[in-house]
Amino acid sequence: MKSSVIVFPGSNCDRDIAVALEKLQFKNKMVWHKETSLPKSDLIVIPGGFSYGDYLRSGAIAGKSLIIDEVIKAANSGCLVLGICNGFQILTETGLLKGTLLRNKNLRFINRDVNIKVLNNQTKFSSKYKSNQILKINIAHNEGNYFTNSKHLDQLKKDNLIAFKYCDKNGNVNESSNPNGALENIAGIYNEKRNILGMMPHPERMVDNIISNTDGINLFSGLIN
Amino acid sequence: MEITKYIIEKHGLNLEEFKSIQKLLKRDPNLLELGIFSAMWNEHCSYKSSRLHLKKLPTKGKQVIQGPGENAGVIDIGDDDAIVFKIESHNHPSYIEPYQGAATGVGGILRDVFTMGARPIALLNSIHFGSPSHPKTKTLLNGVVSGIGGYGNCIGIPTVAGETKFNETYNENILVNAMAVGHAQKSKIFYSKAKGIGKSVVYVGSKTGRDGIHGASMASAEFDDNSEEKKPTVQVGDPFTEKLLLEACLELMKDDSIIAIQDMGAAGLTSSSVEMASKGSLGIELELDKVPCREENMTPYEMMLSESQERMLIILEDGKEDHARKIFEKWDLDFVVIGKTTNTKNLIMKFKNKIEGNIPLEALASKAPVYDRKWSKKKLSKKKMELKTLKKVGLEEGLIKILSSPNHSNKSWVTSQYDQMVMCDTAQRSGSDAAVIRIHKKNKAIAVSVDSSANYCKSHPITGGKQIVCENWRNIISVGARPLAITNCLNFGNPENNEVMGEFAECLDGIKEACEFLNYPVVSGNVSFYNGTNKKNIFPTPVIGGVGLIKKLSKPMNHNFKGEKNIILLIGKTFGHLEQSCFLKENFSIVEGIPPEINLVNEKNNGEIILKLIDSGLLKAVHDVSSGGLLVALSEMSIGTNFGIKIQKPKRLTNLIGYFFGEDQGRYVIEIDPSNLDKVVKLLNENNVYHDNLGVTQKEFFEIEGEMKISNKELFKINNHWYNNY
Repeated sequence: MKSSVIVFPGSNCDRDIAVALEKLQFKNKMVWHKETSLPKSDLIVIPGGFSYGDYLRSGAIAGKSLIIDEVIKAANSGCLVLGICNGFQILTETGLLKGTLLRNKNLRFINRDVNIKVLNNQTKFSSKYKSNQILKINIAHNEGNYFTNSKHLDQLKKDNLIAFKYCDKNGNVNESSNPNGALENIAGIYNEKRNILGMMPHPERMVDNIISNTDGINLFSGLIN
Repeated sequence: MEITKYIIEKHGLNLEEFKSIQKLLKRDPNLLELGIFSAMWNEHCSYKSSRLHLKKLPTKGKQVIQGPGENAGVIDIGDDDAIVFKIESHNHPSYIEPYQGAATGVGGILRDVFTMGARPIALLNSIHFGSPSHPKTKTLLNGVVSGIGGYGNCIGIPTVAGETKFNETYNENILVNAMAVGHAQKSKIFYSKAKGIGKSVVYVGSKTGRDGIHGASMASAEFDDNSEEKKPTVQVGDPFTEKLLLEACLELMKDDSIIAIQDMGAAGLTSSSVEMASKGSLGIELELDKVPCREENMTPYEMMLSESQERMLIILEDGKEDHARKIFEKWDLDFVVIGKTTNTKNLIMKFKNKIEGNIPLEALASKAPVYDRKWSKKKLSKKKMELKTLKKVGLEEGLIKILSSPNHSNKSWVTSQYDQMVMCDTAQRSGSDAAVIRIHKKNKAIAVSVDSSANYCKSHPITGGKQIVCENWRNIISVGARPLAITNCLNFGNPENNEVMGEFAECLDGIKEACEFLNYPVVSGNVSFYNGTNKKNIFPTPVIGGVGLIKKLSKPMNHNFKGEKNIILLIGKTFGHLEQSCFLKENFSIVEGIPPEINLVNEKNNGEIILKLIDSGLLKAVHDVSSGGLLVALSEMSIGTNFGIKIQKPKRLTNLIGYFFGEDQGRYVIEIDPSNLDKVVKLLNENNVYHDNLGVTQKEFFEIEGEMKISNKELFKINNHWYNNY
């Protein structure tokens, strides 16, 4: 299984995701944002961080970078694409995923472990999780408050494209288990073809019991066939 | 331009100092030269009031690779691994502009660490605000916390530990101290000493603007009513550029292109060029036309004194310019050769083909003034406290008062604004006695903690100095790490005041004594004087940042109770010392008397045995007993877990309040499995370590039989209330 991690100036979770991928036996390559071609990859990851300092708007400049045209092409031809945190924000800027990430409701950066629920376990990313499984995963963002129009929200629900929702440790999805004000507690979504996943929580931070837990492993190991 | 008395004073120099400058130059300085002297001779850069006292600190040890005098200290953690660390203050700018002041404090200390070839792996901070009821405190707290987070989160280095305290002594002068810790290969450490003549002097990083001109001089004077006007001297941070600079520097450091490197921190281009050249006993010649400028028509004076952030000065090996340029251009950073090293031993500044300034380097560095300031011994309080006359307070009531106070409330409102997990090596986050950071791709780890005790230091500077070192040592031990070395940030008032200078001298005596006894040397640090406003000085607040080593990391030890019916032991003797205690402060607003005594022999003995017990796997939880005493320590072990305590009152000691809230030093609480009790007690007895068997853990309740019973949930609520409602 070959993976590519796109590195923008200001990416800072690129090393973390590379370590996680290599731990799970991916053959991984780092791809600099000024490149104009991608190595052959089964999975492309857009990592977290502050690409281009998040100036203008988070993900906005990265969404217009040289390499992103190649990512769009690959995604449209069915390659798996995973955007984590800033990567999710970038994917919404490119239009590969619809909706947007607004400032957190409390207007502060939030870093803590939260619970999320696996809503759809019928995708390549989630096949190793049980349906409605509750994961404990770290979040770290300023703009994680997912928003989209009602037409798109209806489609997300109808087509089962919501990947994860914030919940409490018993799985209750409600206002008090919503860390950032995201619409309907949405923590991650798929595109229609389900080959693109954008999520605010950091699964790459949850692959090692000494550091945290291993709730993130199944997301990556599910991709290896 | 004629140098008048007014101009001299505006530069923070006195007439005596101006006369020395004339003598050293054998002529009058021009304005540019005067500005440079002002930048190098101010307190912040020259350590002129502190230098004589700093000499007494122990700075050597088997573990020390580099002590004070470089950008940061370096210690050996075995194999080819070294840890590079330092703490620094950014108090004055943070009071004037809290977000940028705190952010650039973080940026500055990070550069000190990666200048030496280390990848930063952890950030810590010690922040002190005035009384919560002071009208400025809320804004300052918000600004400082988001500034620290804004910088660290963006550059992607975890902020893993720290302290946030409130005390009215900081009403008009807050403290913002930031510490950075990096990991380097022992064989690849970079220093700031220039070598060789005719080598290229390269400017890299951001462009130079007009921000922060005379920032270091501002930090060397106390505030008055017009402090707000100093806003333009505060620098503006750009963590994105720093991230690029970090990656570019580390990339260039992979080979041997660099002879010397120094970040442009306080006093910018001036101090970096002076320090590199003077350390190498060389001269340096700068062509200021080449300095990349952000604004038009900048003068040599402005270029030399700007404190624009995210810049470095590098002296390169011959022929490496193109190779180095490529790296910096890849990261979209400026790279310009702006000068060369010379054999003149002078700093020469050229601009538009004219020599604008020419100063012998020794005049700026080794000939800078050193003052043996007058100081007076602390007059200790002789008043015997009459505790019997105080209103009776129950244990539960006393505990609740402490746990709900701003200084003891749960700080997750603060720490959740910091990314603690990025880099994926944070094995233990904030809220523990010390944070634990794994060395990347290895199975060893370091433990880090910052500590201070301003009230103790104010009332008895020598004991206070000793106490912070010991408390820091204890915190490192409590997570199972061997304490190795410290960095210190010495925040004091006006050194021209005898009493303040006395506090400084005596605190240092205390720090020295403890560091020597515990083999815990000082490898780096920073002095911040003139913390005060309108002649009112802050309490002496030395801050200690310590680093320890865990040779083999499994799950790190922490203070949370792990199960029910386990036995709780208190290690170390309890005398019931209540003077200067948190109990009296929070319950009666009494801050009086002298702090608890430090017995270094017991301190060391108790610490060593705790380390041994952790290493043998005999302990389930460990917590040091500090501010608030035993009952607060026990509650901290319970809050956030499902387990509380069921303990008995001591049989011998009559004063319950003293037993449960006294702040006697050198103590720890440990949780052990009942089956290990005999083994543990035997070890304690063999090593002459005193212990009390307090009782056991139980599910969900915190109980002292016959005295109090409260649920863990309730304790959590009490502890979690203040920040969220401030």
